[in-house]
Amino acid sequence: MNPMNYVYLSAILFSVGAAGVLLRRNAIVVFMCIELMLNATNLAFVTFARMQGSLDGQVIAFFVMVVAAAEVVVGLAIIVTIFRTRRSASVDGANLLKY
Amino acid sequence: MSTAAAIAAAATSANTSTGEAVTFWLLGPLAVLGAFGVLFSRKAVHSALLLALTMLSLAVLYLAQDAPFLGVVQAVVYTGAVMMLFLFVLMLVGVDSADSLVETLRGQRIAAVVAAIGFGTLLILSIGGAVVTNVGLDKANSGGNVQGLADLIFSRYVFAFEVTSALLITAAMGAMVLAHRERHEARATQRELSEARFRGGQHPAPLPGPGVFARHNAVDTPALLPDGTAAELSISRVLAARGDMRPVPGAETSASPAELARRDEGDR
Repeated sequence: MNPMNYVYLSAILFSVGAAGVLLRRNAIVVFMCIELMLNATNLAFVTFARMQGSLDGQVIAFFVMVVAAAEVVVGLAIIVTIFRTRRSASVDGANLLKY
Repeated sequence: MSTAAAIAAAATSANTSTGEAVTFWLLGPLAVLGAFGVLFSRKAVHSALLLALTMLSLAVLYLAQDAPFLGVVQAVVYTGAVMMLFLFVLMLVGVDSADSLVETLRGQRIAAVVAAIGFGTLLILSIGGAVVTNVGLDKANSGGNVQGLADLIFSRYVFAFEVTSALLITAAMGAMVLAHRERHEARATQRELSEARFRGGQHPAPLPGPGVFARHNAVDTPALLPDGTAAELSISRVLAARGDMRPVPGAETSASPAELARRDEGDR
């Protein structure tokens, strides 16, 4: 099996995650799709690290994981705050910045 | 002859072992299925669990690709911590907060699907033209994968690592500030709570338990009042609404709360 298959899998997962961000309305599901895209990039990083024979790709994937964890914490806090004021987690509801 | 041998050698070096191929063809489709499940499942909890499935598959694929540290971190941090945080927030926000299916922008759904498919095709086609080398991590991992990663993190990437610590502290502070709620009115005292309960006009005391003074103490047997009638208040409203209340032998028709109140008035 060609190791490029991992990269193709990563591209498919990234596209599915992007479609989810564009399609879904629930803020939490949108957030999960962003996590899916981050995981897809991690898979690509790990695969390229293996193909190039150096560990730099794995280090960068590790940093991506750390940043994703921080992002999840802040993002979920924002979602909880929005839900508390609007009683809804729909991304269509939060349009106060529009005017 | 020599070129054919070189091509064959290159092909064997670029290819992976059979065991890894089996792992990939088992877990790759599973990960894609999980991703599509996240996209299409109506309930957010199902999305979260299917995303956990995808992440676990990716963790095993990392293990198969000579990245044991990242595989374990993926399983522990992503599947164990991040996804469980998602589930906690789902429970906080309400599991039944349904996704609205109304299209606010006309044609947005079709445009999004077309954009995603086009983007994926573009990505795969552009990657497909890349020159594949498969050096493998045997040399880089010769001193151990974790040791190799530590060497890099604490030498070449040490500044990024320190910045990461600042990022984590800021994120924790931000989450605390965002989730904090200021109390605007004073906390109700016990006296105020008690006055509110008695002014409300509802039943101030606990409701009577089922089966008191009756032949049975099952939950569907109403308690008996001193005059021998059944106290409907002692039965769960759900049972009463379903008609599952056991009739009281020898008692007259059970007294409703309104009737009990009327009878109280008459007694006075």
